[in-house]
Amino acid sequence: MMTPRSAAELSSRQHPFRKSFLVHALFTTDHRLIGLQYLALAMVAVIIGMVLSLLMRLHLTWPDRVIPLHGPILPEDYLALVTMHGTLMLFFVMTTAPQAGFGNLILPSQIGSRRMAFPMLNALSFWSTALALVVLLASTLVAGGSPISGWTAYPPLSAVAAAGPGQGAGMDLWIASIALFAIAATMSSINTLVTVVRLRCKGMTWSRLPLTVWGWFTAALLSILAFSVLLAAIVLLMCDRHAGTSFFVPTGDLVNGSLHAAGHRGNGSPLLWLHLFWFFGHPEVYIAILPGMGLTSMLLANFARRRVFGYRLMIATTLAIGLLGIMVWGHHMFVAGLNPFAGTAFSISTIAIAIPSAAKVLSWLATTWRSRPSYTTAYLFSLGFASLFLTGGLSGPILAQPILDQYLHNTFFVVAHFHLIMAMAGVFGLFAATYYWFPLVTNRLMSETLGRWHFWLTLLAAYGCFLPMHLTGLMGEPRHYAQLAELPGSAANRLLAPTLPLNMHITISAVILVASQVLFFANLAVSWRRGLIASANPWQATTLEWSPALRAHSHPTSDGDLAPVEAFRRPCHYWSHHNGWHFLPQWDSADTTEPKSE
Amino acid sequence: MPVTITPTGTEREHGRRVEDHDHGSGRRPPIDKGDKRTGGNGDGDNWSNRPQGRRGPRERLRTYRLGLFFALASDLMFFVAIVSTFFVAQNSGRFNAYNHYINEWLPTTIPPVLWLNTAVLLISSLTVEIARRRMFHEQFVMEEWFGLGRPTSRRAVPFLLATVFFGLLFLAGQALAWKQLAVQHVFFASNPSSHFFYLITYTHAIHLFLGIGVLLIALYGLFFSRQLETRQILVDCSAWYWHTMGVLWVFLFALLAFFQ
Repeated sequence: MMTPRSAAELSSRQHPFRKSFLVHALFTTDHRLIGLQYLALAMVAVIIGMVLSLLMRLHLTWPDRVIPLHGPILPEDYLALVTMHGTLMLFFVMTTAPQAGFGNLILPSQIGSRRMAFPMLNALSFWSTALALVVLLASTLVAGGSPISGWTAYPPLSAVAAAGPGQGAGMDLWIASIALFAIAATMSSINTLVTVVRLRCKGMTWSRLPLTVWGWFTAALLSILAFSVLLAAIVLLMCDRHAGTSFFVPTGDLVNGSLHAAGHRGNGSPLLWLHLFWFFGHPEVYIAILPGMGLTSMLLANFARRRVFGYRLMIATTLAIGLLGIMVWGHHMFVAGLNPFAGTAFSISTIAIAIPSAAKVLSWLATTWRSRPSYTTAYLFSLGFASLFLTGGLSGPILAQPILDQYLHNTFFVVAHFHLIMAMAGVFGLFAATYYWFPLVTNRLMSETLGRWHFWLTLLAAYGCFLPMHLTGLMGEPRHYAQLAELPGSAANRLLAPTLPLNMHITISAVILVASQVLFFANLAVSWRRGLIASANPWQATTLEWSPALRAHSHPTSDGDLAPVEAFRRPCHYWSHHNGWHFLPQWDSADTTEPKSE
Repeated sequence: MPVTITPTGTEREHGRRVEDHDHGSGRRPPIDKGDKRTGGNGDGDNWSNRPQGRRGPRERLRTYRLGLFFALASDLMFFVAIVSTFFVAQNSGRFNAYNHYINEWLPTTIPPVLWLNTAVLLISSLTVEIARRRMFHEQFVMEEWFGLGRPTSRRAVPFLLATVFFGLLFLAGQALAWKQLAVQHVFFASNPSSHFFYLITYTHAIHLFLGIGVLLIALYGLFFSRQLETRQILVDCSAWYWHTMGVLWVFLFALLAFFQ
């Protein structure tokens, strides 16, 4: 018989939240809580990043409008907005949320483990990331404000403090933040890789791993290769700024009209920075999108009640995209003075990525083709992911050709391309993940009605915002320019005049896009406490995170008598029979010889 | 197995697991003979088929080693980037106003003490390897498992201390090299070549400094950690890190000495 005291101990062990939430959250090594912390961090970053992008759009459309408490947006302010928007979104949203956020929250249970391989390292990488975000945001407070050299930090702008406002202390803080982030991301990826390799449960063979896990795994592989190169580049950049070197600044460079030579030796090249940065930067966009691709495959199959079409092929294409992803960085540099022969090579490798990417899209189509799916919000967002990925992807082979890129590279065409394929598709992946896994965290469902409104508004506004950018780009609208309208009497004004109606359309769509996210946050807030109670496996999912054995112990207890976890088959084991469809989850030990599919 | 000896200090599991061939005398000794990795009880007893966390004495060790491997792979990319930049900077020049090709690279002659430093670092690799092997010496491990003190720690400590000593000696030697160069007025900012000399030696020294920190943690663990496996992991991982930094230095040294 259980004494009252031991019962209390047991309950405090099962509900660590009760003890002291703050202390627990600060020092937790529980992977689920760390995952939620990462997601909260990403949410802070995404809200700031969204507001910044809105300010950019409003400024482009109404350049003379004065921002309350700030004043007019000066050109350097606009560039600071571009920089902070890009840095927040790329690093602190698209890298942390899918990879570290949902990675921590979901990955261990999807492979049948109750923990990550290195819990302490996990907490350390989260707090380093949080510190990196604080350091980045602090750059707005120092003299000169935030840096203006973009998330890509091209020298000489980034290498010389005199190059512009924000390039002094603000840039130093940016560098410190990104260095910290790179180390944190590397630690987090090491954790992911070791967890996947070592902690898979019995029966979870490599070919039975859910495709989401393959996405996380490949992204983590890319992370450990790419982020340390970024770190090296940042060390060199810091030397250029403070140690009298000149790795990235050419001899005799004029910065703001004065010669940048005093005390700096060597004949550097901005192109060298581009090589180092984009060796990181291109894998980075795959780090952002690969988990979403894996999730899309799994969710489409889940809701369409189909097996994933070409499961092994999907694993292979994930790895192939990762491999090609580290061989294509030069396509960001076609107009930067790259050797034309190198341009051809990078062009070929870039176009080659279309092959595994197209295979993925075809698999998504084949998986859902003539199925009778349940159109849940999570499914809609997965379809949205496929749609945006396809739309954004189609302009990829265009931009991959140096001769076309010559014209398009510095126009809004590129903005349209990467926002559709990476930003919007990536965010749709995050939305799908949130709607899908929300019951796993809260035992409640998110509101489907609000979810549908959120989906359709977001989808239409996203297309309304980014599709016309292709056209304005083709018309010659340059990116990174602080002002496009109301330049009286200039030739630029005449050139850009036809784009103004479209720009107005883009801005209004952007406002709608941002405004419709209120629905999402409202849905989160309301459903957290008052959502419908979810059943144990609300989506009839087949992957292990929904298995009773892993859900009963959502918090780590001393490993005394935890139910054993075993995987018996591949995920997405659905088939239809004369009396409807059936499914066998991975944890079900039933005989795998199911009735013949129709 | 002796049925009367039930060591408690090395046991993490509470219950007795019959399915794990645990007959109440504690689990199998924490060794894993190189020629038999399948579990030792014969007849299809395979550690890999056990539930996670009970796959033999080396399970945690392999996990930590793998983590270290990924960390080192990542670190290697850092140096690959720096070394690539070295060659780019070495071969980049410009044309001045008189159309003369200018390449500012003045090769930095390495101070001869670097040869001694390299030898010291290689010797330290040897000592740390001896310490590492002593942690896995079957006889010592068995003695400890029988409850006869902590022979593994006792026999590994001197060699870890020697490694720390040689590591510090290497760092002192590097400091001497920097001083010698400073006397010749070769500073970090003097020349593209000297940028790299200092950058590479500094970053490597930082890594070695971290390595000494890790060795000290391992030493601390040897005295205060009760679990043999934890101690094995500490020494093993710091040793592999140390070896990697040694091999890396050999390459970096060759770069600085012969490819200027």
